[in-house]
Amino acid sequence: MLETFIIIFLATLFYLAIANRMRNYIKILVYQGILLFLVAAFHLKEFNVFNLVVILLETIVFKAVAVPYCIERIIRHNNITRETEPFVPNFVSLLITAGIVVASILLSGSIDDLILDKFFFVGAISAIFTGLYLIVSRRKILTHVVGYCVIENGVFILSLAVGNEMPAMVNLGVMLDIFASVFILGIFANKIGDVFHDVDIDSLSKLKD
Amino acid sequence: MITAIYLAAIVCIVIALAFSRSRVLSAVLGVLFLGVQIMLTVHGMMNPGKTELSYFSFDSLGLILLLTLSIISVPALIHSRIYLTKPLASPSSAAAYNASFVLLIAAMTMGYLANHAAVTWIFTEITTLSAAMLIYHHRSKLALEATWKYVFVCAISICFVFVGILLISLALLHDGCSELFYSDLMAHKATLDGFWMKLGFLFIFAGYTAKLGLFPMFTAGVDAKDKAPAPAGALLASALMNLGFCGIFRVYAAISGTPVGNWARIVMLVSALITLFIATIYMARIGNVKRMLAYSGIEHMSVVTLGLCFGKAGFMAAMLHMVMHTFVKSGLFFHFTQLYRTYSSKMIDDMGDYLKLNPFGAIVLLFGFVSIAAVPPSGLFFSELLVFKAMIAEGNWVVFVLTAFLLTVLLWAFAKSMFRIIFLPASKPVEKIRISAWESLTQLILFVLAAYIGFNPPAFLTELIGQAAAMIL
Repeated sequence: MLETFIIIFLATLFYLAIANRMRNYIKILVYQGILLFLVAAFHLKEFNVFNLVVILLETIVFKAVAVPYCIERIIRHNNITRETEPFVPNFVSLLITAGIVVASILLSGSIDDLILDKFFFVGAISAIFTGLYLIVSRRKILTHVVGYCVIENGVFILSLAVGNEMPAMVNLGVMLDIFASVFILGIFANKIGDVFHDVDIDSLSKLKD
Repeated sequence: MITAIYLAAIVCIVIALAFSRSRVLSAVLGVLFLGVQIMLTVHGMMNPGKTELSYFSFDSLGLILLLTLSIISVPALIHSRIYLTKPLASPSSAAAYNASFVLLIAAMTMGYLANHAAVTWIFTEITTLSAAMLIYHHRSKLALEATWKYVFVCAISICFVFVGILLISLALLHDGCSELFYSDLMAHKATLDGFWMKLGFLFIFAGYTAKLGLFPMFTAGVDAKDKAPAPAGALLASALMNLGFCGIFRVYAAISGTPVGNWARIVMLVSALITLFIATIYMARIGNVKRMLAYSGIEHMSVVTLGLCFGKAGFMAAMLHMVMHTFVKSGLFFHFTQLYRTYSSKMIDDMGDYLKLNPFGAIVLLFGFVSIAAVPPSGLFFSELLVFKAMIAEGNWVVFVLTAFLLTVLLWAFAKSMFRIIFLPASKPVEKIRISAWESLTQLILFVLAAYIGFNPPAFLTELIGQAAAMIL
């Protein structure tokens, strides 16, 4: 069951590479939030009830509802165009994402580990590097935020992998999530929209030597 | 116990500062903060090795960095006060500045003392928050750009560090240990799984470079130091870089001497050399004094990292270098506010004739330049010499020649700009304004202190550095 969820999660990464509209990005974040909720629910067996409820609530309320809603609101509020405006053609993005996933599968092949489920490792590393790729290959600042959320989802999967042995790590991951997302989305994405109007990295290139 | 009092006091002071609209009250709170900061430092020096609140230890590395930070936080607060007066800042922006300034110093303090990988990580995250507030002090478009870049890069770097910690925790779990104290890492040194440690170190190193100011994540830090108010820039360019070093060193200590440690050395060596190269290129064509100082900080941190790569002798030299660099670099940043008031510009092209406009300040600036350039009688000369000696002792001539060459070019570029500011006539007439010599005194004290430490390192400092060096093989 867990494997199925993680494979669907990997599929969302491919969709991210070819999605043309901001709306699709938001949908993907919602799906990923739900998938992480399911993975956490099935995987974290040794948690006490209270802690488990907090983590599950975080995935469903925060990752699947609050963050996508916030991004959606920023798009509407600042009249951001709906196109994702990639620097590279979608086909190339798809190839690169495929390359990232294959590379993480190959890397996981060299692991002989009883504690870590290879599925978790592949899912996490692929998400982290796909998120980074999304950041460097898109022009909009808001797409960078989406890329960052994908990186965070990857980190969350990795923290689930050691979650049963080290529950504190999952809690820390949740803390990172809330802290960074609130900070980035709540304060700056809004602020930058208000000050710069057209939220595009070309307008953030005044600082240089 | 004292640590608990310190934390409680910090929380109260930060909240009070954030709501204080009176300049007198803020000054009293600032003095109070210095009081608790000094109390914690003295307590730490009296009880080396003691652990408090289970997550904070006064170990040798933490003590050296804490002492350095506490010394520069006194002039930092004085210059913040001057900065907020000339010109007078609005009460609300002064309150935000003061609160985040104190929070930044406290977060760095706790980050140095943390003995648990996750706790260091949490306090590093808090430094990002408070630094962002400081960078955004002027509420201008450029400040917003710098803040956004800093926050975003730091958010990614903090994710990287977290991934690294997770991977290291996997290595520890294999040894049947489910805690992440640095002492656990040291205790399991011989048996930690090589693959996870390699991958974990790589992520932690890449993550902390955003604070340390090394390749690959140094860029956001340069913009931040440029846009932050100069007294805050002084902390970002010295003590905060030390926190990045601290985070990397504590993990490196757990792998040094093993095959993974040798691999990690090569990673650090390559990163440091690339950084040095980049710093040299930018220094040669730089036009902005603050960015020049920021790149010089990056250069010195790559020298420190190079020292860490070359055994115990190199590490001891690197520690000495870091302490002195903290004094000198923060002094130069403190002096920048006077330069800015004289010329109303950050650009080197607009400056000149500083010796006539502000004679005492110019002499101090010249001494500061000599100190940071590591030319005798600078203290940094000795530590740099010792790093070179450690390189040669290991027979690594290629690294030696490369470093020496890049540092020479860098010295030329730095001197060209500095001498222009101090001696050459200004491109357009500048009105002379009165700047009190008292304002330059703190810098002079810091520079002299750095020189003194270089010539005659105090016994307790060498002892602490020796203890820290015992952690690595």
